[in-house]
Parts: sequence; C-alpha cells; structure tokens
Amino acid sequence: MTALNRAGWRPEMNVAGGADDSTTFTGNRALMLEEALIFEIGGSETTGVDFDEAAPATDLGALARTAPIGLPGLSESETVRHYTRLSRQNYAIDLGLFPLGSCTMKHNPRLNEKVARMPGFADVHPLQPQETVQGAYAVIHELAEWLITLTGMHSVAMSPKAGAHGELCGILCIKAALEARGEDRRVILVPESAHGTNPATAAFAGFTVEDIPATEAGRVNLEALKARLGPDVAGVMITNPNTCGLFERDMKAISDAVHAAGGYVYCDGANFNAIVGRVRPGDLGVDAMHINLHKTFSTPHGGGGPGSGPVVLSEALAPFAPLPFVTKQGDAFRLIEEESAGEDHPQTFGRMTAFHGQMGMFTRALTYILSHGADGLKQVAEDAVLNANYVLRSLEGVLDAPFGGPGPCMHEALFSDKGLAEGFSTLDIAKGLIDEGYHPMTVYFPLVVHGAMLVEPTETESKAALDQFIGALRSIALRAKNGDPALKTAPHFAPRARLDETLAARKPILAWEG
Amino acid sequence: MRYLPLTSDDRTEMLATIGAVSIDDLFADVPAEARLAGPIAGLPMHASELAVERHMGALARRSRAAGEGPFFLGAGAYRHHVPASVDHLIQRGEFLTAYTPYQPEIAQGTLQMLFEFQSQVARLLGTDVANASMYDGSTACWEAIVMARRITKRAKALLSTGLHPHYRSVARTMAKYTGDILVDGDPSLDAGTDWAALADSIDKETSCVVVQYPDILGRIDDMAKLAEACQAAGALLIAVVTEPVALGLIKSPGEMGADIVVGEGQSLGVGLQFGGPYVGLFACKTKYVRQMPGRLCGETVDANGKRGFVLTLSTREQHIRREKATSNICTNSGLCALAFSIHMTLLGEAGLRQLAAINHGRAKAAAAELAKVPGVSVLNTSFFNEFTLLLPTAARPVIHQLAEKDILGGVSLGRLYPDNAGLENGLVVAVTETVTEADIAAFAAALKEVLA
Repeated sequence: MTALNRAGWRPEMNVAGGADDSTTFTGNRALMLEEALIFEIGGSETTGVDFDEAAPATDLGALARTAPIGLPGLSESETVRHYTRLSRQNYAIDLGLFPLGSCTMKHNPRLNEKVARMPGFADVHPLQPQETVQGAYAVIHELAEWLITLTGMHSVAMSPKAGAHGELCGILCIKAALEARGEDRRVILVPESAHGTNPATAAFAGFTVEDIPATEAGRVNLEALKARLGPDVAGVMITNPNTCGLFERDMKAISDAVHAAGGYVYCDGANFNAIVGRVRPGDLGVDAMHINLHKTFSTPHGGGGPGSGPVVLSEALAPFAPLPFVTKQGDAFRLIEEESAGEDHPQTFGRMTAFHGQMGMFTRALTYILSHGADGLKQVAEDAVLNANYVLRSLEGVLDAPFGGPGPCMHEALFSDKGLAEGFSTLDIAKGLIDEGYHPMTVYFPLVVHGAMLVEPTETESKAALDQFIGALRSIALRAKNGDPALKTAPHFAPRARLDETLAARKPILAWEG
Repeated sequence: MRYLPLTSDDRTEMLATIGAVSIDDLFADVPAEARLAGPIAGLPMHASELAVERHMGALARRSRAAGEGPFFLGAGAYRHHVPASVDHLIQRGEFLTAYTPYQPEIAQGTLQMLFEFQSQVARLLGTDVANASMYDGSTACWEAIVMARRITKRAKALLSTGLHPHYRSVARTMAKYTGDILVDGDPSLDAGTDWAALADSIDKETSCVVVQYPDILGRIDDMAKLAEACQAAGALLIAVVTEPVALGLIKSPGEMGADIVVGEGQSLGVGLQFGGPYVGLFACKTKYVRQMPGRLCGETVDANGKRGFVLTLSTREQHIRREKATSNICTNSGLCALAFSIHMTLLGEAGLRQLAAINHGRAKAAAAELAKVPGVSVLNTSFFNEFTLLLPTAARPVIHQLAEKDILGGVSLGRLYPDNAGLENGLVVAVTETVTEADIAAFAAALKEVLA
C-alpha cells in the first residue's frame, strides 16, 4: 500500500464521448458534474477533522499498525463537495415520481428525520441501565401497540432488521412451534410470483421449498394448494396483496386449509400499504407477517437500507417470538432479555440480532403513524389503490395488462411486454423513462409475467404528477411498439449511458486498486 | 392530511376515469367480512406536526442521553464524535430518498459511494474485498459462519469465548435450525485470550474459528499463529471487529491472516441510536468472493466508454437464485454505509490514526485512575479503548447506583452473562475521545463512594 498523493483530475480520466461536439475540457456538462474517486483526489496526510490534542505515544509492540493503510482523506470543504456532487447523480423520491412496484417509494416526511435525531433517541446506548432509557422503550412499546392494532394480530416481534430478516423471524417461529409439537415438517410452499427472499429465507432456515401453482388470473390456485397440503408441509408463504398487484381473494380459505392440515401461514407484508387501516391481516387467518417500516411507514430507503421488519404474530406463534422485547408494567417499561426469558418467555426461539432492533426506524415510523392517525392511514391505502388503478386504466389501451381484466388492482399496476415491436423489450421502456425524468418501474418481476413492468405510484403523488407520468409512459410505449431505434440506446440524457454489466461480472473490480 | 396531495375533486374524477362508483369498488376483491367500514377503532386520528413533535419530544426526554454527562458504555456500540457535515450530507434527499441502485444510469451517486465504501472497508480490515454492507455486526458474523460452511463443506464452528455474547446468541439461534455445530462458552477472567487453546481444538470437522478483536473484555492479541493453525487444518479464520476505530492503531485482522473479517461499523458516522440501525461490515479474500452474501458494487464502463459502477455478481443473490442463494439478505444498510464512508473520508488515514491514538491514550488514563479506587483492578494487560474492571462486588447493582449519580459507568458482565455468577464482578468500560478528564475523575470518585 503506498501513500495517496492527491492526484486529482487528469486529462486521461476524461473519456467522454469521443468525437461528440459537446465534449468539454473537464468532462462536465454544466450542472452535470463528473466526480473522481476519493482515492484519486484524497491524500494520506489530508484530514477534515481537527483534534484538540496531539496523538499520544503508544506502546503496543508487535500489534501496532505500522504499514500504510491506504485511506484517503479530504478537507471538510472537499468532502462536502465530493458527496454533494455524487448525490446529484442519483434519482430520488424528492426529485420525482418513483414508481418501483413492490417498493412503495412514498414521500419521506422530514418531521420523522427531526424526531429521530432527538438526543433521547439518537444518543442513547442500547445497554444503558433500564431506568435511564424509559423513553426509548416507550417508543418501541407504543409502535408495537399500533402495529398489533393495525394488523389485528396477537403480538409483534420488533427486532428484525429488514423485511427478509422479518421473514426469517416468522419462519423460525414456525420451526419452533413445530418442534414444540414434536413434528418434523420440512416443506414450505411458496408461489412462483413471490419475492426471491421468500424461498431464500425458507432455505436459509433449513426448509425445502416447493412451488404453489397460480391460476390464470394471477392468484394462488386454492385447489392445487389444498391437494399439496399434508403432514410434511410446515406452512405457506403468501404475499398479500400479491406481487401481481392483486388481493388474494381466497386468503381466508387458504389459511383455513393450511391450518386444518397442521401448517402455518406466513404472509409477506411488503405490500401492506395497499390495505393499511382498511383490512387487518389477522382477520384473514395469518400467523405471521413482516411489516417493512421503510415501505408502508415511510422510513427512508437511503439508497438501499437500512430497513426494518417487525413481525406481527398470531396467538399460536407468539410464544416463540425472539428476544428481546419490551413489556409495560404500570408506567414503567421493562426489557425482557435472556436472563428473565426462562420465567417470562420460556419458549422463545432466541435472539436474532445484537441489541433491540432498528430504533432509528421505530422513531420515524411512529412519527409517521401519529401524523396520519387511523383516519389518515385508511386514506393512505385508499389513495394508493386509487392512484394505481388510475394508472392501470389510463394505460391499458397502450400496454398489455395481463391481469387487468374487469376487476381492480390494488396498489400497483402490472403490464407485460406483449405487443412491442420485434427486438424491443421492457428494458428499453425502462431506459426511455429515465430520459423522461423518471425512475423506471420494477422490471422483469414478478417472474410469472413475460417482460413484467410493475408500477406502484403510491398515495403521495398528485393527479397532475400521475397525468404527466402516464403521458410519458404512453409516449415511450408507442415508441417501443413502433420500433423507434433511438429507444434502443436510451438513456441519452442521464449521467451515464447503459452500463456494461457483463463486463462487471466477468472481470470483477470490487475495490480501488490504484 | 399534509402528506396526501389528492383533492376530493381529484378522487371523484379519477374514479370516473377508472369506471368505479366509489373507492369501495376498488377493494371488491377483499372479502366483505374483512373490509373495515371506518377507521380502526380505538386509535387516535391524524395530528399536526406540532402535536406529534410535542408527543415524541416528551418521550425523548424520558431517556438520559449519553451526551448529558459522564458516559462509559461500549460492548459493541461506541460513542464517537461525528462531524456535523456527515449528518448534513446523508440528509441530502438524493441519498436519503433514493432506492437500491438497480438502475445504474441514474444511481451513480449511490454506486460510486458504495465502491468507495467497499474500498475503504477492505483497506481498514486488511482484506482484498468488502461488500456493500450487512444489517449489523451480529448478523454479519452468522453469515460469515455460514459462508465458511459453504467453502469448507464442514459444519463445526469454534467460537472464541471473547465473542460478544449477543453475536454468540444470534449464531446459537440460527445453528439450532440449520444443523451447524457450535463450540462456544463464556469468557474467563484472564488477562489473555483463549486463542492458543482454540488453535489446539481445530480438527478435521472444523469449518471456522471465530475470534473477536478487540474482544468483549477489551483484550487484543496477535492472531497470526491462529491463522496458521486454521490454514494447516483447512479451516477458515473469521475475525469480528466491533470497534473499527481500533484499526487505526492496531494491526488489521487481514494483515494477520484472517480469511473473512466482519464487523460493526457503527463507530464511524452512525451514532448510538439505541442499537440500530447500524452497519455490518463484511470482507474477505478475493478467492471467496463468489460465496459472499450481500450486495457488491463493481466498476465497469458505459456504452460511451466512461467509467461507471453497477451492482454485480448478483447470481449469488436471492432475487436471481431464490432458494439457492448464498443468503436471504436483500437490503444492505446503505445510508449508514454512507455515513461511515463520509466520516472515514473526513478522517483520512492521518485522522483515523490520531483519533485511535487519542482513544487509546484516554482509555489508558482512565484505567490507571479507576485502578486507584480501593478494591478495583484492571483485568487487561493490553487493550485499545475498552477494558474490564474487576470490582470487589457484583458490578450490576453498582451500575444502577452510579446511574443515580448521573454516571453511566460501563456495561456489567452480569448484564451480558446473567447465568454466570463467576463473571458478576466484571465491568466493561469504554473510553473514547468524547470522554473528558473531568468525566474520568467524576467516575472514579463516584465509584469510590459506591464501593465504600
């Protein structure tokens, strides 16, 4: 490792477009600013932090780190500029409609950010004496009560760190419950349309995964499911509303059949936004369901996390919930950890994570929930579903809607690539949308629809915003149907043209090697 | 409702376009008995920003914030000063409200940041490559054990007794259901680690040895010999780092031969946040990268030959491989990784080394001062910014008595190992740059009083 020398910009780094007339000396194009890596602009001796004291001498002998580490430093002014420039190469919900199906990219209220930074939440240690963190426990408890009531379930495990971690929590509850019954059931049934996390989670926990057949209308085939149930089936994992944007009409019958056969029902709650405040999963026989706080309850997605995935549980699975959790006794809150679990929670399957879960997400989610209230949350579901149906009906004349039928969709509208010109694909439509100033919808998911395009506008879009998006998508769909060659090379106006993903995978460069 | 832009006229017009009479028509697929007519009973209605802030503010004031007085807690979560620009930058909407960078043409900001983060983490931990982050250190630790099983095709993991007990608990929970065999135990109150004994315990069934560095009692040790023993037996050495600032001062696990290095990155940029969200670090040798869990960002070029970044090697992941994926993990801890990366960029190598040295110096001063309290001794002969005190009595009640004097005086081993009475006199004390000399003096005086 050699010292970094703050080389900065060099002419050879500017490899912009060749003979293009608009090529500039810097590679920048007005507000579209290129930015080198911190390893190219930073130095080993540069720092943006001042200390009040010199580094004291140390006597660590052979353990002392003497070789250069190779970490670049920047002054504060350079740091702010570097990350501000990078940020401007991102699309974000703050910039415009972000219709990623199954991801619920809604507005992130800034009050939530302000509250999360209150010192009583942000600057407390998870292992402080319990009497000094009563306010933090109160947040966990209050949010837990809301989640239980909104879902009509018996209890909730708050510690899972994200949706897939929540799935793991639910699946481990099922494992523990079966163990307590002395049964060794090995199979989890998952529909083909499920998120990849569902089969991956079941496998991660040691189950065998089998497909549940779907009907032609995009829902679980109840009769086929019933035929598969038996003493080897531990449970099912069903997403409701499902990833085709449809409500599983037979959910209660599915639950009843699974229960009658001795299994449990896991519901993937990724799409809870469509029904929050209007339908309670507990009324449909669900045993466990994770809630993505970063979807339904608007904690920011942050460019890929952190998430948070509390799991609501039925009475049957509640005894197996993980540690730790918060209880209320009078006005005081108490954390149930390993030491008192023997008395208070003897059948727990154990701990899933260090500490108590995503506190920073709990404060944001609770703030969001209190802002909306029961009436506002009901309106959230209604407007989310209304917006999706408006998109579906406005575009079904130009894009194929495989499950559009006469019935409504829930919170997302699903289209296929049927009818596009020869050689044109869903990917071309997605990249065309980028030039129109939108983030594309979810593409090629769910797998059950060819060239799937899953559009979830969410409730925080105005009608005017939807109308403009619909106009843009219609225009691109027509270009794809008419075989406009310019669409094949879109995007033309983004910070980068299409990137070579094959090269990235064939010759992986995963760290700076200079 | 301030977050909902549709007007009632909009709603009427949109229903007409859809061809529905009322919003209820759009919920027609929900069985009638499960459709609620009005707002769920027993819950409050919507509230103003002022009212919500008032309510949450009252809850926040019911906790004693670390910054309000002397504070010495660590044990896997450390309080460091985070420069103001970190929080400013992570709140830029283009970072805060972006999604996973699945459309790289309009996500180069997040992708370049992740590439820089991966590069920083790999260098800090002394490995070839790092991923784009995990949920936290404890889950990263279990994923590393599973990864070692995949690579070695063996299922017995030896856990050092110095591994954080929560990390051990997570592994125990998972191993119960996956069939992995864990050999573990509680630490003993020795000045040295159990690593030599671990090296002797490796056999042909051993997939990996897991050590924490610095460990739960704050001890540091050279893992080179253990790495050799692992290599000789075809097992992998997994090192867990819960205090990455330490690596500005002491050798990295990678330099000493660790095959996989995982850690908790919370110390840099993230803050305490009552335990989460944090940021799991996950790094390894290049030859194992295709067995890694989690997202990876890689360099490539675009159609015009310009350098750019994409998520890559996705064939390991659940959205492609489903039940055959290396892990079920989907999300990473993107925003916390950003905070970590910005803080690390501000520090740079020089700043990190100085910060680490200041932490170590402050901790040594505190250990010397606290050891003067009658009946109190320091267990460690070597440590970074955290050490274990041995009190003449059980530490747990002492912690509560100190709290009454407004001193948050560390984490008792009684809290961490409630079933092990042999450890109850131990108190783990962390001392970072945020601790002042006055704090140390106040802690020593209060401890003396409580123990008197």
